Amino acid sequence: MEPRPRSFYVLATFFVLFLAFLYGPTITIAILSFQGPSGGLTFPMRGTSLHWFRDLFEQQAVGDIWGSFSRSLVLGLMVMVTTVVVSIMGGLAFRKRFAGSGVLFYLIITSLVIPSILVSLGVGLIWSQAGLNVHWSTSGFGAQLTWTLPFGLLIMFAVFNRFDPSFEEAAHDLGASPWQTIRHVVLPIIAPSLIGVALFGFTLSYDEFARSLLTSGSYNTLPLEIFGMTTNVTTPVIFALGTLTTLFSFIVIGIFLLIVWLTDRRRKRSGSDAGKGLV
Amino acid sequence: MTDQTLPIPASEPARRKPASRHVIGWLQAAPLALVLAVFLVAPIVMIVVVSFWGATEFSIYPAFQFDNYAFLFGSDVTYRVFANTFKYALITWIFTLLIGFTVAYFLAFHVRSLTWQIALFLLCTIPFWTSNIIRMISWIPFLGREGLANSTLLSWGVIDAPLEWLLFSDFSVILAFVHLYTLFMVVPIFNTMMRIDKSLIEAAADAGATGWQTLWHVIIPLTKPGIMIGTIFVVTLVMGDFITVRFMSGSQSANVGRMIQNDVGLLQYPSAAATAVILLITVLLVIGILLRFVDIRKEL
Repeated sequence: MEPRPRSFYVLATFFVLFLAFLYGPTITIAILSFQGPSGGLTFPMRGTSLHWFRDLFEQQAVGDIWGSFSRSLVLGLMVMVTTVVVSIMGGLAFRKRFAGSGVLFYLIITSLVIPSILVSLGVGLIWSQAGLNVHWSTSGFGAQLTWTLPFGLLIMFAVFNRFDPSFEEAAHDLGASPWQTIRHVVLPIIAPSLIGVALFGFTLSYDEFARSLLTSGSYNTLPLEIFGMTTNVTTPVIFALGTLTTLFSFIVIGIFLLIVWLTDRRRKRSGSDAGKGLV
Repeated sequence: MTDQTLPIPASEPARRKPASRHVIGWLQAAPLALVLAVFLVAPIVMIVVVSFWGATEFSIYPAFQFDNYAFLFGSDVTYRVFANTFKYALITWIFTLLIGFTVAYFLAFHVRSLTWQIALFLLCTIPFWTSNIIRMISWIPFLGREGLANSTLLSWGVIDAPLEWLLFSDFSVILAFVHLYTLFMVVPIFNTMMRIDKSLIEAAADAGATGWQTLWHVIIPLTKPGIMIGTIFVVTLVMGDFITVRFMSGSQSANVGRMIQNDVGLLQYPSAAATAVILLITVLLVIGILLRFVDIRKEL
């Protein structure tokens, strides 16, 4: 292999600095969340302790953290399942070039680029004019879907763009019904991408703020709760909460990536070698 | 709309009658269409309608009046806030583009094994799946009056008194924007760069081009679609933002999103809706201009 040019080292340094910029603040609050009981929001550390984590688990003076966490978790799972199902169906639909699919495509793009506050405000207005109470599981759920679905669909578009239709033709020739073709041919092939869609669906919902703000009602989701805390909590307890929820996100991301990696490996190991000898 | 311009090529074997193709297509797209109709189209329509309504101190009432728009366009504040919004978008765009391009360039052309490329790329994208609010909060220990930046500069003797403008200023707002949104540049640019045929770069080198010439005349033109998609993301996210500005400026600066949120807080929904309509039109105009440079449907 030829030696690295000097530009490599310059760019590598830049890249490392970028990663430090990206992760530095998060790591800092992780360290600071172990502040001693008399410590503040900045360095220096006044001893180390689990004081602020204990605060989170014990007293409820800082708000309804566990309630909001469980709401965010349930909502995240609801959004995840819906995003996966609707994205698969949407992805399949767009392959049919049905009349009006162009309009629908532009709506998906609009959903992605529209300022979140418009969705929040508009959904909130509809609910209030209809005399309904906004709730995270109805209006909040729908508002979040406008953010997760475009990502899910764009992934599905990319997947089906690269999808070899001869698999389906083969299934059809062997007598498979359309449903059997989807169930036993299409879905297994696109499975790793679906895990990606699920990852987007869950994490984007779990962290969503702007579109939930005016649509979630009196029971806060976790990001809303955390934002509420920023105005009245001035102790490292907020860092402890931030560290825990970021850690939770990392674990979720890790699980998803692990599943992708495992399916990929299993497929490589047990996959058919048909056709390989021909090239 | 002709068939050629649709996002997805007709990769499904054509064996059905055309009529049933449309019916089944719509059946499969029905859940998607329903969600978008109720939670995207209807809210936009509602906002447009309400922007013509009137408001008392406590309630809003249906009307058809242009008062909200007249007030909006008659106020200096509006123009200042819009100018400020554009300023944030422009500065953030420049920084995210420069940083994002460099990072993507390093990943695509200087990292040699695919495994490493994927691993480092994932490292750049993971923060996207974590909370923006937390990522904003985590700047406090850095930028605060007694934060790391100030104490370091003080101990080095660079400054005598803590800098006040590090946190709760335009500086911290833009820093947070760059921090939050650079990966929206990295991902599409990296994606386009990975599709560049490496032999083109060899050809440029063989033809005697220097590294910079290859970058300027080969790589940048071929990366333009990725740059445009990243630009659309960053510009729309920054223009529609209200929470970053609210939090990082300590409510001292305003952008359009903050203006809307303020009105909402005062229950002045018609006025908020009118501002939202103008914001939406502005954002769509900007995207319309950007889309002249790229065909999104080809990039999927």
